[in-house]
Amino acid sequence: MDKAAETFIIDDQAAGLFRVNRRAFTDPECLEQERRCIFDKCWLYIGHQSEVPHAGDYRSRTVAGRPLILVRGDDAVVRVLLNTCTHRGTMVCRQKSGNAKTFQCPYHAWTFNSRGQLVGVPGEDAYSPAFSREELALVAPPQVDDYRGFIFACFDPAAPSLYDYLAGAREYLDLVADQSALGMKIVAGQQSYSARANWKLLVENSYDGYHGMSTHQRYFTFLSDVGIDMRGGNLSTLPRQHALDLGNGHAVLEYQSAWGRPIAHWVPPFGEHRKAHFEQLRRRFDERFGPERARRICETSRNLGIFPNLVINDIMAITVRTFYPVSPDYMEVNAWALAPAEESAEDSALRLDNFLTFLGPGGFATPDDVEMLESGQRGFANREVGWSDLSRGMKREHPSITDELQMRTFWRRWNQLMTEPRLHRARKVA
Amino acid sequence: MSAPELPSRQEVEELLYREAALLDEWRLEEWLELLTEDATYQVPPTDVPEGDARNTLFIIADDAVRIRSRVKQLLGKSAWAENPHSRTRRLITNVRILGAEGENILATANFAVYRMRYESADTYIGRYDYRLIRQGKILKIRERRAILDNEALRPHGKISFIL
Repeated sequence: MDKAAETFIIDDQAAGLFRVNRRAFTDPECLEQERRCIFDKCWLYIGHQSEVPHAGDYRSRTVAGRPLILVRGDDAVVRVLLNTCTHRGTMVCRQKSGNAKTFQCPYHAWTFNSRGQLVGVPGEDAYSPAFSREELALVAPPQVDDYRGFIFACFDPAAPSLYDYLAGAREYLDLVADQSALGMKIVAGQQSYSARANWKLLVENSYDGYHGMSTHQRYFTFLSDVGIDMRGGNLSTLPRQHALDLGNGHAVLEYQSAWGRPIAHWVPPFGEHRKAHFEQLRRRFDERFGPERARRICETSRNLGIFPNLVINDIMAITVRTFYPVSPDYMEVNAWALAPAEESAEDSALRLDNFLTFLGPGGFATPDDVEMLESGQRGFANREVGWSDLSRGMKREHPSITDELQMRTFWRRWNQLMTEPRLHRARKVA
Repeated sequence: MSAPELPSRQEVEELLYREAALLDEWRLEEWLELLTEDATYQVPPTDVPEGDARNTLFIIADDAVRIRSRVKQLLGKSAWAENPHSRTRRLITNVRILGAEGENILATANFAVYRMRYESADTYIGRYDYRLIRQGKILKIRERRAILDNEALRPHGKISFIL
C-alpha cells in the first residue's frame, strides 16, 4: 500500500492545513483497529451514580460491544460487571434495569450476589477440590473509577488513572457537577437512537459551532418566534467564547448563548412569573461560588467532548451522550438528561421542555444533525474525494467556537493511538 | 359536568383515518385543524413508554406552540431531516373507545408507520392514545400520544416527521 493511503491525517501546522483521510470513516479494517487501539485502551463512560441509588439497583448497559451490568452492591459500592456467566457464557442479568439481591444464571442456576461473588452452584460436590468459587466470580473490567458521579471503565489494566486521563476535562465536569449541592441525577428516560454514519462524525458534530447557523436555522428561527433576543446573531461573534484543547484528546467549546438555561439563566419564553425565581436561583450560586464562577456556571454554555465518545453538552439543558460503531457506516447512540437532584418538579419540567426544543431524535435540531452525518457518509462513496478538511482557525492564536480546533484535538489523539502500536512494531523489527 | 356522549367507533375511525391521510400527504396545515387550540403531541422514550413528560425525558413533548412551530418548520426549507420529505404510510387498526374522563373522550389505536427515504424503509410500531373532545358537532384531538413498541429508534435514527 502506498504511504498516502496509510496516512489518516495531514497536520500541516506551518501551512495551516488539516485533513482527515475519509478511509477513517469507511474502512472496516480501520474499525477493527479502533476497537483494539481506542475502545480497548481508553476510559469509557458506563453510567452515573444516580442511576443506581440503592443497594441492589442495577442497569444493563452495552459498552464497546460488551454487555455489562452497572450495579450497586449490598455494600453500597457501585460496580461494573461483565454480563456473562463464568460457567458457560449465558448473560446472568436479563432485565434492562431493576433491583436484585442476586443474579441467577438461567442456564444452570449458578448464582452471583450483587457484589458479583459466586454464591450458589447446584451440585457443587461433583467438582474437584481445584474448583474455586472465588476464581469464578463475575468479572469486572480491569479498571473502574468515578469522577464526581460519572462512572467510567477501562479495559486496559496499564492505562493511566481516570483522574489523569480526564486531564483538563475535569474542570468542565466540575462546572456541571457544581450545579447541584446534593449531586446531579440522570432523569428517567433514555433516548436510544442511531445514525447511518461513522461514529466519529458525531464526535465532530457534537462540538461543531460552525454548522449551527446553517444546519440549525430552523431552531434559531423558533427561538426568535418564541421571543428570544437573537440580535447576538452569528455564533462566531459571540462575546466570551473559546474552543480549548483539554489534553488527551478532550476538547470544549465555551460561550454565552442566546437560549435560556434552566440552571439559572432566564429568558422571556420561561415566563415573567418565573423571573424572580430565577434571580433567587442565581443568588444561591453567587453565595456558593462567588459572582465570577456563578456567572460561568449559570450563563455560559459548554459543549464538552471527552475522548473518545462521551459528549456532555451543557447548553439549553444538559445532555450526556455516548455512541458506538456497529459498522463503519452505522452507530448506536444513547442520550440522557442530567439535572440537579434538588430541582423542583416545576423547574425540572421546564428543563425537560427546554431540552426537547433542540435535543434528541425528535427535537428541532438533532434530527438535522443525524441527516447531515448520514448525508456525509453517503457522500464518502465518492472515493475520488479522499480527504475531509478541518483547517478552520488553524493559524489563529485563539480559535473561536466556529473554528475546528476541537476536532483537530480529537483527531490528533485518535491518530496517535491508531498509529503508535505500528510504530512500536516497526521499532522491534528494526 | 356531565360525561360527554361517547362517539361511535366509526366516527373515531373516520377522524383517525383522515388524520393519517393528511399526515401521509404532508397536508400539515389541514392536520392542525383537527387539533384543539391547546392540543399536545407526545412520544415517550422507548424505555419508559408510560412515563410523564414532566419528569421523564421524552422523544417529543410538544405543547400547542411547539406543534405549530414544528409544522411551520416541516413545511419550510431548513428542516433538513425532512427536506426532501420522507414518504410515509400509516396503517391504523384496533381502534377502541375506552370511555370518558371529564369532558375528554379516551380512544386508542394501533399503528404501523412506514417511513421511506433514500431507499431505506423504517417501521415505527406502536399504539396511539388519544384524548378527543367534541367542539360543537366536531370531534377534535386534544392530546395524541404515540407510544412506540420499538425498543430503540434503530435503525430509524430519528422521528423527523409527525408520527
